[in-house]
Amino acid sequence: MAEQKFSLSVCVCVCVCVCVCMCVCVWAVRAMMCGCGRDDFQEELVIRPLHSGDIYASFQFRTVWETDFMRGNKVSHYRLFPKSLGQVISKFSVRELHISFTQGYWRTMQWGQPFQPSPPGAELWVWFQDSVTDVDGTWKELTNVLSGIFCASLNFIDSTNTVQPSASFKPLGIGNETDHRFLRYATLPREIVCTENLTPWKKLLPCGSKAGLAVLLKSEKLFHSSFHSQAVHIRPVCQDWQCKTTSWELRQTLNVVFDLHNSAQGKREWSLFKMFSRTLTEACPLASSSKIYIDITDNPQGEQFEVSPATPLLSQAVVLGDRRTFSVYDLTQQITFGTVRSLNLLIRWKSSDMLRPLLHAERYVAGYGLQTGEIHTLMYNNHPYRSFPVLLLDSVPWYLRLYIHTLTVTSKGKDNKPSYIHYQPSKDRLRPHLLEMLVQLPPNSVTEVTVQFERALLKWTEYTPDPNHGFYVGSSVISSLVPSIVAMDTNSTRERPLFSSFFPCKEESSYFVRVYTEPLLVNLPTPDFSMPYNVICLTCTVVAVGYGSLYNLLTRSFQIEEPSPGLAKRIANIIRKMRGVPPL
Amino acid sequence: MGLLSDPNRRRALISLLTRLNSPICVVCYMAGVAWFMGLAFEPFTLRTYMSENAMGSTMVEERFPAGERALTTGREFSAHKKKAGGMPVDWLVKTMQARGLEVFTQRFSRKLPFPDENKERYMVKGTNVYGILRAPRAPRTEALVLSAPCTPGDSNNQAVGLLLGLAQYFRNQIYWAKDIIFLVNEHDLIGMQAWLEGYHHTNTTGMDWSPLQGRGGSIQAALSLELSSDVITSMDLVLEGLNGQLPNLDLANLFYAFCQKIGVLCTIQGKLQRNDWDSVSGYSHSVQTMMLMVMKQASGRPWGDHGLFLRYHIEAASIKGINSFRQYKTDVTTIGRLLEGMYRKLNNLLEPFGLLLTDYMLILTLLLHLTVVQALDLWVQLATPPPRTEDGITDKEQVRHTYYFRVLSVLTPLVISHLTGVALYTLPIQFQEMAVEQFPVSETEAVVLTAIGVYTAGLALPHNTHRLLSGEGTEQGWRVLKLVAVLYLAVLLGCTALINFSLGFILALTLVPVAAFVTPHVPKVLSAFILVILSPACTLLFSVFFFQELQELPVSFQEGWLLYLSVISQGILDHFLYGSLVYPLIALLVYPCWLLFWNILFWK
Repeated sequence: MAEQKFSLSVCVCVCVCVCVCMCVCVWAVRAMMCGCGRDDFQEELVIRPLHSGDIYASFQFRTVWETDFMRGNKVSHYRLFPKSLGQVISKFSVRELHISFTQGYWRTMQWGQPFQPSPPGAELWVWFQDSVTDVDGTWKELTNVLSGIFCASLNFIDSTNTVQPSASFKPLGIGNETDHRFLRYATLPREIVCTENLTPWKKLLPCGSKAGLAVLLKSEKLFHSSFHSQAVHIRPVCQDWQCKTTSWELRQTLNVVFDLHNSAQGKREWSLFKMFSRTLTEACPLASSSKIYIDITDNPQGEQFEVSPATPLLSQAVVLGDRRTFSVYDLTQQITFGTVRSLNLLIRWKSSDMLRPLLHAERYVAGYGLQTGEIHTLMYNNHPYRSFPVLLLDSVPWYLRLYIHTLTVTSKGKDNKPSYIHYQPSKDRLRPHLLEMLVQLPPNSVTEVTVQFERALLKWTEYTPDPNHGFYVGSSVISSLVPSIVAMDTNSTRERPLFSSFFPCKEESSYFVRVYTEPLLVNLPTPDFSMPYNVICLTCTVVAVGYGSLYNLLTRSFQIEEPSPGLAKRIANIIRKMRGVPPL
Repeated sequence: MGLLSDPNRRRALISLLTRLNSPICVVCYMAGVAWFMGLAFEPFTLRTYMSENAMGSTMVEERFPAGERALTTGREFSAHKKKAGGMPVDWLVKTMQARGLEVFTQRFSRKLPFPDENKERYMVKGTNVYGILRAPRAPRTEALVLSAPCTPGDSNNQAVGLLLGLAQYFRNQIYWAKDIIFLVNEHDLIGMQAWLEGYHHTNTTGMDWSPLQGRGGSIQAALSLELSSDVITSMDLVLEGLNGQLPNLDLANLFYAFCQKIGVLCTIQGKLQRNDWDSVSGYSHSVQTMMLMVMKQASGRPWGDHGLFLRYHIEAASIKGINSFRQYKTDVTTIGRLLEGMYRKLNNLLEPFGLLLTDYMLILTLLLHLTVVQALDLWVQLATPPPRTEDGITDKEQVRHTYYFRVLSVLTPLVISHLTGVALYTLPIQFQEMAVEQFPVSETEAVVLTAIGVYTAGLALPHNTHRLLSGEGTEQGWRVLKLVAVLYLAVLLGCTALINFSLGFILALTLVPVAAFVTPHVPKVLSAFILVILSPACTLLFSVFFFQELQELPVSFQEGWLLYLSVISQGILDHFLYGSLVYPLIALLVYPCWLLFWNILFWK
């Protein structure tokens, strides 16, 4: 019995010990997590019916983590923030990272401005911390690692397509360092985006694609669209209004435009189910906020389209210089899902019209033949009375040899001198051309930037497997502060108190826009790699060589030349001549 | 080579060459012609095959259903065209927009150098309307073009109807990887020229056009559709473009493959293909087809609206629907399905076609070999040292004198004949107004008759060039001149054939014998007659009759002559409107070259 008691007490002791240990452990973990800071996850979906009748859905997932990756700080406990990205940030001392994968071209003329602009293909720009000594080496490693994370061909980024823009890409997060030595920018216009890029992107989300808005991200529907773009933005942000410490923000965005014409069979009607073949039943349990916004600005009295189920929640915001009104559906509230426990938003159109975006741009190659050409970039300012400056960034591969002396900038038939030009010539097989300039766009005008180029002849091993397809030149980037439509609105006094409307309020007077032009497909002089042609070339060469020497020998006249006699013989001959004897 | 370095053996070889000169020439010439005729013999030619894998199979399920609706649209278009008295721009813009395309227009105007009497136009003003079907998730780097001309009168309405029908059908499909541009061009080739120049922002011919607002990247392929009846019996594929450029053979083969699959009769040069190549009539049929193609290509003019695309390295062809008296009819739905199949195939194309047609160069090498042998022979004759004169003192001076004389005797005819060529090129356009004031002729007639006048005046040159020369022409003189002329001809024809094989071949066929036989010592009258018969202008005249004969539309001499005049005026117009090279080539290079031989014949 005593033994039993003893064993029991031992048991209790062990149990207590284990409990205490566990408590300590949990407390320690708690403490460590507190040391790493709080994290917070938000998700939202904005649906905007576009003027063309298409529908634009923009997902944003934002994770903010109060931690510090800077200065070699070891971070090893991850909760909501994806570990794979956290490790990348610490290992490569990244200060800011922006990566986007886009399939399709954003049609500014039909669709207006996107919330997050991106060029066709893949785009990557990274600001490194100023502690990095070998930026190029780190960049090379980073692209290879990201290539693995996102299942993309980012490993094709090398010195021939990387540039350091001096003005166009400023840090979006906090930080004072703007020395462009720590910036790298590269695009891969040929990159094709598909399911294999979407899956790793979804895995970065805290809820994966199991719950919340991410349930809607089904690849069979997302890739059945007119435009698809997914991006990851990492940047340091202020923790609070005092901004004494920094947090890290990870924004994952996905923009998609559905073609009404194709999929709805002429019926102008959309629902969540039609778009994504899913309805929503719950928010992501880890999310602190989960909302759907529907842009109903163009539809104040419901004459353009109607939304069902209706929501009483409305929100107003100035987005891209325009005051927009949104219907809000809060997924964290059970009432949103109604009695059927599922949300299927429905939009029915009634009419539509076209719009004119204030700034848009296009680009094309002029000329014919395979020797020279001309790149034309057209920038439209559709503002009726305001001019504004734009920053144009062009990165052209070395095999298009730009003649920079032919650079012309004209608006309204007059020469328009850029106030700032940063040009870095290319080096063959090493680095591309970089052209950045600040141009003032006059109101209601088209500004045309032209530059001539010569097509280089590559070495025959440098051609891609499909050389006749042509070579891609990445989009040019136009960044600008555009005067906002709100400031343009002369009737603004109607809705606002008089005291607020004399001076245009700063954050509403202009807004930042980045516009990407279409990439170019340029043909280079390509040898014919087909077999018969090679045979003909070879035979012709042989015939030419043979015939040439034959002709040469036939037409050249030969003469026999006597070798000049030696000195002794000449003297002997002179003597013989004097003696009157025939020479030797 | 040791064989040649030895002077004795070399001399033997040279003498052999000189002796065998004429037989070699004849053999080469015959071999060249025979080989050319062999091209029409089927066992000698490769079976048509696809070199591009993506184009390999026709495994596309065509579903275009809306032929009847397309015809209705065509009738609507025709009604609006009549009401607007030309291109119904507003209606087209509205219709294309309703089909979900991005629609743009382009205005253009052009004043022709002289009135075009065939098409009755002088001051041309028009508008092109085009709609771009944006491919989903494509970055606007590549595009395909489908065009239909808006012609005055009642023709081609069905083509526009079908174009709009296809636009509507294509818009609802999701598999497009390239933008598709639907273009309705006014004033056929002039509109097309304006559109292409606008698209590529070039201006080669001084036309006025408004810049294009929308583009779809680099154009990979284009088809031009001509259809003037509700049902057709066969489809004809037209390939010949500007300056005799041809699209890739794969495009033609693709068309034939689809025709066979869908069961549409297709013709080449308006002639059905026959299978009995081993019979005489079958062979003569294929020779006729080939000759038609050679004549068309040699003319250097675009034979359809597609012809101007080829300059921009875009593979293009025209498809013409033909309604004859055959029993078997094809409806518009089937043509729509044919086009759907072709566009889906072109959509799959990963890279533009890369195959070249270089087989024919050997034929020309054979023909030109003759001129080279001639040149060699002349050189050898010139290089044999002249018999030494007795007094060695005057020898050197004489040599120098003959050298200068030789240069002078060659230079003068060269310069004068080229000046004549320049006159032939510039005068007809320059003097049309004066001619119209002086003589009771229209501008077009004035231009053509001036051209013929200058051409004929050039024949009087040999008598005048000699007045400029200080002394009598020598035996050496004409040899040097002929050497220069023969080499000139060889280079000229070689280069021409690289650009336009058929033109090079026809010129070689007529000019090379001239180069071979002309010396001052042949009978003057007979040779002069042969020379005139084989001159470029007469070759053109015979070609006109031969072409009519091949098309089975023989003409009387009177009609033929009128046709000849109009061909000349069209040739000049083609040059000024679209940049065709045939007229300047003939006027500035071939004609002066022929004049050199004319000079040799009348050498004194």
